[in-house]
Amino acid sequence: MTDAIAVPQRDSLGYDDLPRLIALMTGDEKHSTSADSTLDVLWVLYDRVLKVSPDTADDPDRDRFLLSKGHGPMSYYAVLTAKGFIPIETLPAFGTYDSPLGHHPDRMLIPGVEISSGSLGHGLPIAIGLALGLQAQERLGRVIVLVGDAELDEGSNHEAIALAGRMGLDRLTVVVVDNRSATYGWPGGIAGRFEIEGWAAATVDGRDHGALAAALTTEHRGQPNVVVAEVEKGA
Amino acid sequence: MTATATAETMRDRFARVTSELLDEDPRLAVVLAEIGLAGFARARRRHPDRIINVGIREQLMISVASGMALSGMRPIAHSYTPFLIERPFEQVKLDLAHQGVGAVLVSVGASYDASDSGRTHQAPEDVALLGSLPDWQIHVPGHPDEVELLLHDAVAGDGNVYLRLAAQANARPMPIEPGRFHIVRLGSAATVIAVGPTLERTLEATADHDVTVLYASTVRPFDGDTLRTELRSPAVILVEPYLQGTSAMWVSEALRDTPHRLLSIGVRRMEHRHYGTPEQHDEAHCLDVASLRHRIGQFLEA
Repeated sequence: MTDAIAVPQRDSLGYDDLPRLIALMTGDEKHSTSADSTLDVLWVLYDRVLKVSPDTADDPDRDRFLLSKGHGPMSYYAVLTAKGFIPIETLPAFGTYDSPLGHHPDRMLIPGVEISSGSLGHGLPIAIGLALGLQAQERLGRVIVLVGDAELDEGSNHEAIALAGRMGLDRLTVVVVDNRSATYGWPGGIAGRFEIEGWAAATVDGRDHGALAAALTTEHRGQPNVVVAEVEKGA
Repeated sequence: MTATATAETMRDRFARVTSELLDEDPRLAVVLAEIGLAGFARARRRHPDRIINVGIREQLMISVASGMALSGMRPIAHSYTPFLIERPFEQVKLDLAHQGVGAVLVSVGASYDASDSGRTHQAPEDVALLGSLPDWQIHVPGHPDEVELLLHDAVAGDGNVYLRLAAQANARPMPIEPGRFHIVRLGSAATVIAVGPTLERTLEATADHDVTVLYASTVRPFDGDTLRTELRSPAVILVEPYLQGTSAMWVSEALRDTPHRLLSIGVRRMEHRHYGTPEQHDEAHCLDVASLRHRIGQFLEA
C-alpha cells in the first residue's frame, strides 16, 4: 500500500508506473481483469502511435482514440495520467460522487477522453462518423477505436464493419483486444470477419509492444485497418 | 379539412431547403439510411462528402451523425418516424446529448401518414420518447413555410433538435416564432392548445365557442409562460397529433399553482390494427373535426 502511493512526478511516468497508478484507484495491487487486458495496447497507443497530447487535446487535426469498451477503465485512466491528461491527485477518488473518473469514462468530465462509453457497441459506429466528418473537412487525424472481442456480439458493430469496409475508410483503425471472452466465439477468427468486409487485418500478441506498434502504424491505403490483439483468456 | 392543399409537401420543402443550405454552410451534413435519398440526388452530386447514405442501418445513422458532430460538423439525420426515433433510441440517448454534441433529426410519416402500411410504419410515441430526454427542442410544424423557418433556426444552432414533418398540413402558415406559442385568437371560456397540423381542424371545431386558441409549432421546451399569461378560464384543452397526453405534464407544470382542468386529445394508446387513410385514423382517435367538436363541446359543458 505504501509503495502504491509513492509515484514519481508526472513528466517521468512510464509503463512500469502503470500498476501503481492503477493501485491508486483500486486501493491495492489487485485490480479488475478487464483493466489488465487493455493495458499494453493503451500504453503503446499513447506512447508510440497517437498524435495527441494534453496540449493538442482540442486540435481539430489531432488523432482520436475512442475507448468503446468502457468497462474496466483503470488502465485507460492510468495511461492518461502517465501522459499528463489526468492529474495524479484525481486517481484515489475514483468512482466517488464528485470524481470525474467513473467506472465508465465520460468525455464531458475528463479532458482528452473522446467519447463517453459504457454501453457496448457505440464506439465503432461513432468512429465512422468522426472519420467521415474529418474527411469532409479535409482534416488530418486518424481515428482509432478499441473494442473487446465480446463487444463484437453487439449488432451495431456489424452495421459499422460492413459500411467502413465498403467506404474504404483508411483513416480508421480498430483494435480488438481478444481475451476470448465472447460466450459463443468467432469461428474462423475475428480478423476474418473484418477481412471479408474489405478491411486490412493483422493479428498480433497483445502484450508485444513492438508488434502492436508496427501493426498500428502500418499504412493501409484505401482500406480501414483492424488489429486483433490477442491476450490471455480471461485477462 | 387539413388535407394536403399545398403543392409542395413538408418533405419536399425540407429536401429543397436543406440542399440550398448545403451550398451555403460547409459545416452541414445529411445522414440517411436509404429512406429520403431521392430528394437529395442533385445535392449529393455536389456534396458527396456531406450526404452520407449508411444503407438500411438506423443505429449507425444516428452514431454517424454523432461522430460528424464530434468532428465539428452540423449533421441532419432523416428517416421515417419509427426508424429515426424508436429503433435507434439508445443511440439517440447516448450518442448525442450525452456526448455533449447535437444533431437535427427530421422525421417524415408523423403518427400515421402511412396508415395503409400498418403499425410498423407508425410512431405516435415519438414525441413522448424524445421528450423523456434532456435538452431536446421539438418542433411540430403545420405548414411547409414553417418547416423552412424552423429548419433554418435548427441548422444555425448547435443543440439537439427534432423536426417532425407530416403529410397532413394546414392550408395557411402561421407567423411563428421558434419556441413560442402563437396566439391565434382570444376568448374567455377555455384555452385550446393546437399542435402543428391539428390547428385548422381545431379552429373549425371550436368556431362556435368563445375560446382562446394557442398554436404550438414548438412543443419542447413547452411554452408554459404563454399558457399562463393567456389563461382566462380553468378549462384547458390539448390537441396533439401524437400520443394522447404527451404534453399534459407540462400543462400541469405551467399551471401548478392555478386550479385548472385538462382535456387531452391525441392518438390513443392501443394496437390499432386497421389500414385505410390517415383521415380514417383521425376519426378513430377523435382527431377529426366532428369528434373534436363533440369532445370539446362536452368538456366545456361539464
